[in-house]
Amino acid sequence: MALTVQDVVAWIDKSNETIQTNKDYLTTLDQAIGDGDHGINVARGFQEAAAKIADGNYTSSADVLKDTAMTLMSKIGGASGPLFGTAFLKLSTAVKGNDPVDYATFTTGLKEAVNGIKQRGKAIEGEKTLVDVWSPMADFFSRQADFDGEKIAEEAKNAMEQTKTMTATKGRAAYFKERSDGHIDPGSASSCYIFKALADVIGGKS
Amino acid sequence: MSYVGVVLISHSPKVAEGIQDMIRQVIKDVPIEAAGGTDENEIGTSIDKIQQAINRANEGQGAVVFYDIGSAKMNAEMAVEMSQAEDVKVMEAPLVEGSYVAAVESGMDKDKESVAAAVEKEFG
Ligand SMILES: Nc1ncnc2c1ncn2[C@@H]1O[C@H](COP(=O)(O)OP(=O)(O)OP(=O)(O)O)[C@@H](O)[C@H]1O
Ligand SMILES: [Mg+2]
Repeated sequence: MALTVQDVVAWIDKSNETIQTNKDYLTTLDQAIGDGDHGINVARGFQEAAAKIADGNYTSSADVLKDTAMTLMSKIGGASGPLFGTAFLKLSTAVKGNDPVDYATFTTGLKEAVNGIKQRGKAIEGEKTLVDVWSPMADFFSRQADFDGEKIAEEAKNAMEQTKTMTATKGRAAYFKERSDGHIDPGSASSCYIFKALADVIGGKS
Repeated sequence: MSYVGVVLISHSPKVAEGIQDMIRQVIKDVPIEAAGGTDENEIGTSIDKIQQAINRANEGQGAVVFYDIGSAKMNAEMAVEMSQAEDVKVMEAPLVEGSYVAAVESGMDKDKESVAAAVEKEFG
């Protein structure tokens, strides 16, 4: 299986849809251990990104991902902006000239996205940030041989739930120290929705 | 005559402008540019605002950039990388005190390296 330009557009659209639906929930998560704006931030960013790519007659996935990245970076307004922006920008670079995007190329892109996020946020695994979804997802993709919607959704949800038992040492939640225990990291929850949207697009193809 | 510029990044437009006022009371000629809040002037940071502030602050002598919490640092670094300006430096120092030191040094006709070194000496 491979992702066409339309699939990539649909991925961003679906990400936007799920994030809009869960906007209040994401904000509730961020109220517990952050500054309570995560739902608002990502909803604004993805709304703008979906609107941006709706106008374009794209012929390459890399362009869709690049426009998404630039829009998220400038519209989110919180830490997740440069981080999601970096992730999509790295994905864009990796898939450039590889339409439709095959599994191996996408997997390489994910690995690079993780490296980019870690570098930008100076975070590693286990610090209760969105790295804790993106990194296990990249590992998961490396272990598998092809896109599998159901498994992707399941894996992303597991990764997100794992953040519950972590203590935050990066981002705004780090100020709460042990008080951050027992809560899901908001950025991991929105990342989970992004992978869930990808899973839906893949599920719709098979 | 132009000076090394100073950029103030805060999640709050009021904080950034307040520091600007404090510095202005003492230092008149140095470009001090505020990048506070999101594009809608809400609490947050904006790469676009930061880039614009850097461009205004850099009159040819470069600029030093100060930030507050959370995403401010990431967006500051990103803005500097994207503008590809080589003579702009993100400083590791407290926003209020650091930018004040930098403005005073810049007002004494110091170049960017010397301004940055003075800040680093004080807070490094
Ligand atoms: N340094 C970091 N590295 C990786 N992820 C991070 C980092 N800082 C924050 N995050 C992620 O970003 C999420 C918060 O995103 P949000 O858009 O709410 O930013 P914020 O923390 O409110 O930003 P700000 O610092 O501007 O207030 C966290 O849940 C976490 O997953
Ligand atoms: Mg937040």
